[in-house]
Amino acid sequence: MIGYGEGSGNRVRAIFIQKPEDADRLILDDRCLQNLAVYLPKHEVRALGKPAIVARVPVLRSIQQLVYEQQLKEGDIAVIGVSDDGQVLDFPDLKSVGDFVSKIPLTLTPDEQAALKKLEAMSREERWNFWLEEMSNCIKCYACRASCPMCYCERCTVDCNQPQWISVPAHALGSLEWHIMRAMHLAGRCVNCGDCTRACPVKIPLALLNQRIIADIVDNFGEKAEYALAAFKPDDTEDFIR
Amino acid sequence: MADKKIIRKSSLGELFKKIRSDGKRILAPVDRGGKILFEYVDSPGSIAPDYIQTTLSAKDTLLPRCEEMLRFRTEQKSVYLEESLNRPEPTLIFGVRPCDARSIAVLNAVYLINYTDDIYRQKIDTTTIVGVSCAKCDEYCFCTSVGGSPGDTAGSDMLLTQMDNDIYLAEILTDKGKAIAALAPELFAEGGDVDKNKHCADVPVRFDVKDLSKRLPGVFEDPVWIAQSLRCIGCGTCSYVCPACTCFDIQDETDGNRGVRLRCWDSCGFAQFTLHTSGHNPREVQSQRWRQRIMHKFSYQPDQLDVIGCVGCGRCSRTCPVDMNILQHITDILEVH
Amino acid sequence: MEEKSLYQPYLMRIAANIDETPDVKTFRLEFVKEDEGKSFSFKAGQFGEYSVFGEGESTFCIASSPTRSGYIECTFRKMGRVTKSLASREVGDIIGFRGPYGNIFPLDDWKGKSLLFVTGGIALPPLRCVIWNALDLRNNFKDITVVYGARTVRDLVYKHELEEWGKRGDVKLITTVDPGGETVEWKGEVGFVPTVLEKASPSSADTVALLCGPPIMIKLTLPILTKLGFSQDKIFTTLENRMKCGIGKCGRCNVGKYFVCKDGPVFTFAQVSQLPPEY
Ligand SMILES: Cc1cc2nc3c(=O)[nH]c(=O)nc-3n(C[C@H](O)[C@H](O)[C@H](O)COP(=O)(O)OP(=O)(O)OC[C@H]3O[C@@H](n4cnc5c(N)ncnc54)[C@H](O)[C@@H]3O)c2cc1C
Ligand code: SF4
Ligand code: SF4
Ligand code: SF4
Ligand code: SF4
Ligand code: FES
Repeated sequence: MIGYGEGSGNRVRAIFIQKPEDADRLILDDRCLQNLAVYLPKHEVRALGKPAIVARVPVLRSIQQLVYEQQLKEGDIAVIGVSDDGQVLDFPDLKSVGDFVSKIPLTLTPDEQAALKKLEAMSREERWNFWLEEMSNCIKCYACRASCPMCYCERCTVDCNQPQWISVPAHALGSLEWHIMRAMHLAGRCVNCGDCTRACPVKIPLALLNQRIIADIVDNFGEKAEYALAAFKPDDTEDFIR
Repeated sequence: MADKKIIRKSSLGELFKKIRSDGKRILAPVDRGGKILFEYVDSPGSIAPDYIQTTLSAKDTLLPRCEEMLRFRTEQKSVYLEESLNRPEPTLIFGVRPCDARSIAVLNAVYLINYTDDIYRQKIDTTTIVGVSCAKCDEYCFCTSVGGSPGDTAGSDMLLTQMDNDIYLAEILTDKGKAIAALAPELFAEGGDVDKNKHCADVPVRFDVKDLSKRLPGVFEDPVWIAQSLRCIGCGTCSYVCPACTCFDIQDETDGNRGVRLRCWDSCGFAQFTLHTSGHNPREVQSQRWRQRIMHKFSYQPDQLDVIGCVGCGRCSRTCPVDMNILQHITDILEVH
Repeated sequence: MEEKSLYQPYLMRIAANIDETPDVKTFRLEFVKEDEGKSFSFKAGQFGEYSVFGEGESTFCIASSPTRSGYIECTFRKMGRVTKSLASREVGDIIGFRGPYGNIFPLDDWKGKSLLFVTGGIALPPLRCVIWNALDLRNNFKDITVVYGARTVRDLVYKHELEEWGKRGDVKLITTVDPGGETVEWKGEVGFVPTVLEKASPSSADTVALLCGPPIMIKLTLPILTKLGFSQDKIFTTLENRMKCGIGKCGRCNVGKYFVCKDGPVFTFAQVSQLPPEY
């Protein structure tokens, strides 16, 4: 079972319970924010057997999206849902997970909207400079990608060198290029769990990029848009998405 | 023996001016909305007033996250090597914590022993380190377990320890340190014969590093690595923030017929690190990569180069997005029998 | 330019370009600056970083013998970005070379001994260097035996040289292809390298064995060599870990307390058995 437990200091961390008697190490509170769905494709986690996963709403959304993208199928995992008001939710199957989260619109919090407004109020040039300045701190560790349950490609575009799509070195322009690419790949797939921003060691407000796209989707397709931009076909001939 | 002097905090501005007019850039920790980054400053006024540790280490100056190795131009069948623009500028890094200063010994061991890496050599030769002792620490710090201490002088050319609000003890440790003091001898007064330890943080020793090095080869096959790293997401952040990690990748970048060969930080935490083009990967899963991190720092490097590849700064634990706490994991490994 | 920097390659001109198999090529490389060529020397077993400017560097052994000076040769298979780009270069083109790096096969210590080479597929190049080295100093050694196998006749590299060795009276050459890989004209053996080796059953008396090949071949050949009486410290191989710098700096090829680039690539199986299994 993948859940949250006490970590070091006042932090919490993902824990992997393998014996019933360890289950009392599980906790759930406001600090438990990590999107645990990131562990579902992980080789060594899979090797432990079929997992049950503690899933708050963003995690439920990731699960729905992973099912949609054929990364998860019925029977692969058991889901112990937790609603926004802390109720434990029972899901007999993955379809019911999808049914449940589809009813909860993916919207931005007032704070997130305010941050976007601020950014939008800038002139083009100001905005460009804002991002260049932020990106000049990026060390291209790719923690943002590694923390993201939707960045599961075994060969990410940045690692492909035939051709080299994205320049590897960490300089502001190259880093911006990487983040725009990532935002585009996540358009309509990002569940706004915030893990990329939390994972970033230099605290680049990455989520703003995807939040802007979410806002656009809400504006253009409505709050209950059915992942309008994720036109992924299961019979896609590309095999790098596995 | 180090020459011990005192300098007033209020004199630092004057000292900075002298250093600047001596042709050196000054890098110092600056607060950027909660992240503490080394940036170029002209006066001590811009320095972050209160912090335990910088977000990134000062290693970026000596081993930049991305730097030019060579420059070339191609013309039809011919190739010309051009003069590299990667020339170091004389730099003084102010406010380096003693753990970070100590990491220079690791960089030196990797880059100067056997083959001398001239790119690094030029940088280290033109860099002066002014350390500042730690008055505070947090639960992630463990410098004293790996041979350092909050007032350790190793790696610094001059070490400052704040004695009270306006007085620093200045230990002048090397020729480079002397050269800085010689820029403004009037600012350095006698009176340095004091006990600095009571002004330094108290960092308890948490494990015996010699014992760890001795026992690591014996636990290579232990399941502890898998148990510890199940939650590791292989993001590599730990290496990127680590002052003592030295691994790099080499990449070419071109613009028309001109190009540069660059080296960029890399991490043994990435799946790609050891992946052959054929698809074979000697370290296939994350637990093997996590094990490499600990083995390399605490077993292989002591064996190969006689240095411990960790200075106990605690950055990796503070920064790891999934709370992989190196100190806790090391103490757990020492419990394995 | 003053002193040559550590990572600055020699400029090399492709002097000859040979297609060994559909995806394997051999280049003969000459130094663009003659004086660099004159002062250059290496020993059998060493490797280098070959680069296409703008694409990157790749690691190959030096496949020619140190007894032949003025040029070096490399043989490589088209695998990834760099090797594909390299394969499209022509005679007269300029590429980069840094080296020589790594340790050596201790040929000097083997004076008076017999040599047994066992190899498969594209792993012949590092041993070809040693074979020519030993043949050029033929009087230093007793018997020289080469057992070489490939999947099919098409996949054998250095076909013309195999022919030459076969004709020489002072080398015992056994070539083999996997069952099904033979052609009607094929006169060599048919069967896997370990089986063919067992059948030939060369003596281990006063002999060192050099074993290079794909992992599966190595795994199956080692027990046979042991059966023939070779102890692990008399069997030499080369390890191929992914490399970047070639000089023990970039950390990539670290296995246990060794860097394969600096402390290898030549190891005895006695040493390999002490390493963590990360190669
Ligand atoms: C000591 C040594 C000697 C070698 N000798 C030969 C030889 O004589 N002939 C030959 O065909 N091959 C040899 N190889 C393997 C060869 O280096 C790789 O097959 C080749 O680099 C991969 O193709 P690429 O560079 O086009 O791959 P790309 O995908 O363009 O490059 C990726 C990077 O990974 C590295 N890399 C990828 N796979 C390997 C690998 N298996 N070993 C080492 N580095 C790798 C490359 O150096 C490159 O930096 C040798 C490897 C080593 C370590
Ligand atoms: S996590 Fe931050 S520093 Fe790392 S690649 Fe992403 S944006 Fe850059
Ligand atoms: S920072 Fe943490 S999650 Fe990332 S590679 Fe290091 S240990 Fe793993
Ligand atoms: S391993 Fe962690 S604690 Fe040790 S020096 Fe590196 S970042 Fe600091
Ligand atoms: S091998 Fe890993 S731990 Fe060691 S220096 Fe390299 S990146 Fe850091
Ligand atoms: S190739 Fe860089 S350390 Fe061996």
